[in-house]
Amino acid sequence: MILQTDTQNSGTNVPTASQTVGPFFSIGMCQQRLSNLVPADLSTGTEVLTIRGRVLDGDGQGVPDAILEIWRADRNGNYTGAQNECDSSGVPGGFGRIPTNQRGEFEFQTVKPGSIVSNTGEVQAPHLAVLIFMRGLLKQLVTRIYFPQESDNECDAALKAVPAERRHTLIAAQPGSDKNELQWHVHLQGDSETVFFEA
Amino acid sequence: MMSAADDRLQTGSTTFFPVHSRLTAMPTSSRGRRQDPMSQLPIFQNIPPGTQPEYFHPPYRSSLKRAPTRPLVLLPQTLSERTGPVFGHAAVTTSDSDLTSQHAGPPGGERIVVNGRVLDEDGRPVSGALVEVWQANAAGRYKHKLDQHNAPLDPNFDGCGRMITDADGRYRFTSIKPGAYPWGNHHNAWRPAHIHFSLFGAGLLSRLVTQMYFPGDPLLEFDPIYNCVSDEKAKLRLISWFDWEHTSPEFALGYRFDIVLRGRIATPMEK
Repeated sequence: MILQTDTQNSGTNVPTASQTVGPFFSIGMCQQRLSNLVPADLSTGTEVLTIRGRVLDGDGQGVPDAILEIWRADRNGNYTGAQNECDSSGVPGGFGRIPTNQRGEFEFQTVKPGSIVSNTGEVQAPHLAVLIFMRGLLKQLVTRIYFPQESDNECDAALKAVPAERRHTLIAAQPGSDKNELQWHVHLQGDSETVFFEA
Repeated sequence: MMSAADDRLQTGSTTFFPVHSRLTAMPTSSRGRRQDPMSQLPIFQNIPPGTQPEYFHPPYRSSLKRAPTRPLVLLPQTLSERTGPVFGHAAVTTSDSDLTSQHAGPPGGERIVVNGRVLDEDGRPVSGALVEVWQANAAGRYKHKLDQHNAPLDPNFDGCGRMITDADGRYRFTSIKPGAYPWGNHHNAWRPAHIHFSLFGAGLLSRLVTQMYFPGDPLLEFDPIYNCVSDEKAKLRLISWFDWEHTSPEFALGYRFDIVLRGRIATPMEK
């Protein structure tokens, strides 16, 4: 048959298979620099966090062709970017996209999201949902960044699902005295391999 | 701006929802299903075995040092996964959906019109979804500083497009058919002609990056990326169909590529 008709209008459809972004994703996915997740209408005095890190492969080499996507709630724990709240470029609030540089390094700015309370009262600790794409990965990695010294980390269901000895891979570190300068590395393999989720 | 050729295409089509009228007339409440917090958020079921790739896929050499080696941790589906970014219409312009009109002259190669629908697992259209595409030029060369393939760049072709699906989940763009190109994965390795697609759906877990292939390409059989899933039907769904209905006389060949994103909208019964 030459013509394909709309046969997929009912019933259960199988999701299309994922394929790698390849090495040249910046042509299609980096039209705008989206490394700033700080709202334009930020009130004065609100703290802006800078999160830096590297994506490292199984040999400990920086991955120069990876891209992170960040999805976060606002400071009140609401996902406003899911409700058509966009900036003048059409980019929803709380979404970021950060490619790594030649050394595998990334850096972005954000406000700290609030704790998220579901309609059944479950509390999630403040966190950033992270998707990671790169050449060599046939589908994205799913992970999260949590914050240090955060009391809600103790009751967070996703963190509790992680073996205790690996939880530290999901919590950003504070390498210096400035609590707004955080560090979070992605170890794709090895002893300190980052926790990746399936869902 | 829409070209005269585009207008001719649209009047010749009975099913396509024109991009320019959608951009001005589509109500902002078209995704209203998602604006009711929680109750109308998508739910995500297990993926049928063999229909998605594994991270570790030895025939694809680059996966060896990059695929996770430890077991994945099962993530409870929270608001963070059941919501996702919704882009505004300001994210795209009409010229973003015509990759042949982004420069002073036309790019070399065989003109094509690619169209399709974006659906959820229940077959419902995913409207308002951002679709990003990128591709090599007709000679098989990407406009990227790291692409060293000895084939000519085309000064009239960037290979980048963006669209937002209409109320029926449809997208459409005009381009040229990309060329095959060699890569270093194994001896005499060539990628089949393909167009990269990136899509945002109803929730973060709907996020999909994939590749569209062309029917009858002899390179598909040998490509470790195309062959990364074991389910034969899942592979075949990555191949577009020659689409007579959207083939425009004297202008361009039509191809159809429908995409299914993870997730389905819960009905009130399921709450």
